[in-house]
Amino acid sequence: MDFKLNDEQRMLEETVGRLVRDGYPFDAREKARTSELGYSTQMWQQFAELGLLGVPFAEDFGGFNGGGPELMVVAEGFGRGLVLEPYLATVVLSGTLIDALGNDAQKESLISSIVGGELRLALAAYEPEGRYDHTHVATQAEKQGDSYVISGSKAVVLHGDSADKLVVIARTGGETRGREGLSAFVVDADANGVSRRGYETIDGLRAAEIHFDNASGELLGEEGGAADALEASLALGIVALCAEAAGAMEVACDQTLEYIKERQQFGVAIGKFQALQHRMVEMRMELEKARSMTILAACSLDAAPPVRAKRLAAAKAIIGKSGRKVAEEAIQLHGGMGMMEETAVSHYAKRIVMIDHQLGDLGYHMQMLESLLDVDEDAA
Amino acid sequence: MDINYTPEELAFRDEVRSFLDNKLPKDIASKVKNGQHLGKDDTVRWQKILNEQGWMAMHWPVEHGGTGWSPIQKHIFEEECAEYGAPTVLPFGVNMVAPVIIKFGTEEQKQTYLPKILNSDVWWCQGYSEPGAGSDLAGLKTKAVREGDHYIVNGQKTWTTLGQHADWIFCLVRTDPNAKKQEGISFLLIDMETPGITVRPLITLDGEHEVNEVFFDDVKVPVENLVGEENKGWTCAKYLLTFERTGIAGVGQSKAALKHLKTVARQVQQNGKPLIEDPLFRNRLADVEMELMALEMTNLRTVAAAQAGGVPGAESSFLKIMGTELRQEITDLFRRAAGPYAQPFLPESFEADYDGESVGPDFANTVSAKYFNMRKLSIFGGSNEIQKNIIAKMILGL
Repeated sequence: MDFKLNDEQRMLEETVGRLVRDGYPFDAREKARTSELGYSTQMWQQFAELGLLGVPFAEDFGGFNGGGPELMVVAEGFGRGLVLEPYLATVVLSGTLIDALGNDAQKESLISSIVGGELRLALAAYEPEGRYDHTHVATQAEKQGDSYVISGSKAVVLHGDSADKLVVIARTGGETRGREGLSAFVVDADANGVSRRGYETIDGLRAAEIHFDNASGELLGEEGGAADALEASLALGIVALCAEAAGAMEVACDQTLEYIKERQQFGVAIGKFQALQHRMVEMRMELEKARSMTILAACSLDAAPPVRAKRLAAAKAIIGKSGRKVAEEAIQLHGGMGMMEETAVSHYAKRIVMIDHQLGDLGYHMQMLESLLDVDEDAA
Repeated sequence: MDINYTPEELAFRDEVRSFLDNKLPKDIASKVKNGQHLGKDDTVRWQKILNEQGWMAMHWPVEHGGTGWSPIQKHIFEEECAEYGAPTVLPFGVNMVAPVIIKFGTEEQKQTYLPKILNSDVWWCQGYSEPGAGSDLAGLKTKAVREGDHYIVNGQKTWTTLGQHADWIFCLVRTDPNAKKQEGISFLLIDMETPGITVRPLITLDGEHEVNEVFFDDVKVPVENLVGEENKGWTCAKYLLTFERTGIAGVGQSKAALKHLKTVARQVQQNGKPLIEDPLFRNRLADVEMELMALEMTNLRTVAAAQAGGVPGAESSFLKIMGTELRQEITDLFRRAAGPYAQPFLPESFEADYDGESVGPDFANTVSAKYFNMRKLSIFGGSNEIQKNIIAKMILGL
């Protein structure tokens, strides 16, 4: 048992840390956030130059061959800076799915372009009626000649507004809710039959509702056999979100602590009041839990499937529960300042809370955990 | 980064398991698992078995008979003991007074006291709290006045756990009434047979006799029973309070309790179905399960940090709060699992030799008493509020 980062992981941590410190001061982030694109393409190029876009991919594609812990290190750093760029959408969710399902030619062209920073992607999986259920797929794909045509609607596709290509989950068989008959396709975002309605999300990111009307798509992997790979990519996504939340929670705690040490009322720093001290301690306790569960999730991707599922559900649920507490308390302890757009902590609070709405919320993952209560942890 | 045990750590776990399989008396394990009373004899019998194995003193240096275990080995041992239903080793002798004697005691004191502690020949209790000194321990008033070769001790200690069985008590006493609060305190070892000592039971809200009041009326204590320097007792007390606290999270106990709770919830029927299928109950079980996973990982992180040479300081305060809240939550769920049968109070059924009939299901006999008893967890050993004060000061710098 060993919780230390190895040398490579530590270097990765330092690289991301430096990038976030230098490239992500609050006003620079605000500028990128309020730009038309909603993030910085220059920053994206820096990600590429530093090798960050290749973290989960094989060295053949210029990647880093990283697993859960490496992804955790990157995402935690991004969380500390509230990074806006479409890393989760492109690299973690779409890229790893292409990596798992694509043939050599597809991987060669797509993964290499991701790693090089030339291609941004979004995963169009969830649907308007499906909430957090990735197996709820009413979108249909039909084979026509060498390609497929896809019809259906996808909901709150993270960074779907600016993606060059979309990885679309559509049904080639089976019932609307079920793992059988799920297929994955690559679709040009500008292709005929694709209409996108892009918008801002409350935490400063971008997303889109996307409608497909006989849009042409290229199959990834076996027809009807995408479920396992999709779930593996979503698992990676959960690790990344947990880590991002832990990073953001750390900063929210630090900023709050700093604030209550400085802010004077009744002639003393408000951090002298025991009522506030105890709340601050509770925030830190929630942060520790979030860190612990992020590590557990990151180190469990190769565990037996039921154990992996149980740990990931527990991790995401704790993040939802602890994140809410940290976010609300960060605002509360900042008082009126916590309500302000100009105060950085309010942006951290928004991102932390919205992470609970991505890839399954507290309720969804607790139900998942409830269905796995009999799975013996120690059997791992 | 690897959250799994190494082959060496797994081999050690096997060794512990095989010891527990072979040496832990079945009657004792059964009492622990069923929440029945353990007598003094049970505890002493088990601790003597541990000593025969050389495993009684996890936290002592090897030259005094310690195990020489790493923090991870200690953690594994405690986990397995909880899983098997081994009684918790009573801390007062081996884990409280002994480390203070080893650190601050004379050679003679070490030779006099340590072997008997190792072999559980002497039962120790703790004389810290007083009616007016709880969380504010340094406010203690019991005084010791030097007269020739003796101290004359007068005053009162309270919440003395299992003091009714004790042969000796270690006490914080005030030796300099004029010094500042923490500075006039000394650490004294007192034979409970000494004339002038009276032990009175305190009955807790669950009907238990676990704690006592101890009165000192002109008790003559030889000066050689002073540990460390006179008026430097607070140093001993602080050392003891920050001493090894690997088990403070109680992960093993919570795991064992949760496992038992699930078994019970599968048996109990509600609306024609096992209680475990009730959505609300299942939701709370899931909540405990995930909190326990978070606690276990946090505990392991602290253990691993200690393994790497770090000294767990105020971090153990986090573990104390999280761990005790979780154990209390589990006792709450046991109470709910019993439903209306949480109400009957049959203290006689807490004894292993009880052969009367249960009113409700067997498991229900002790659940409410245990629920109320476990309220103590967030009060003793530095209340959870005090733990928060410690974190606020030591970690957050507030």
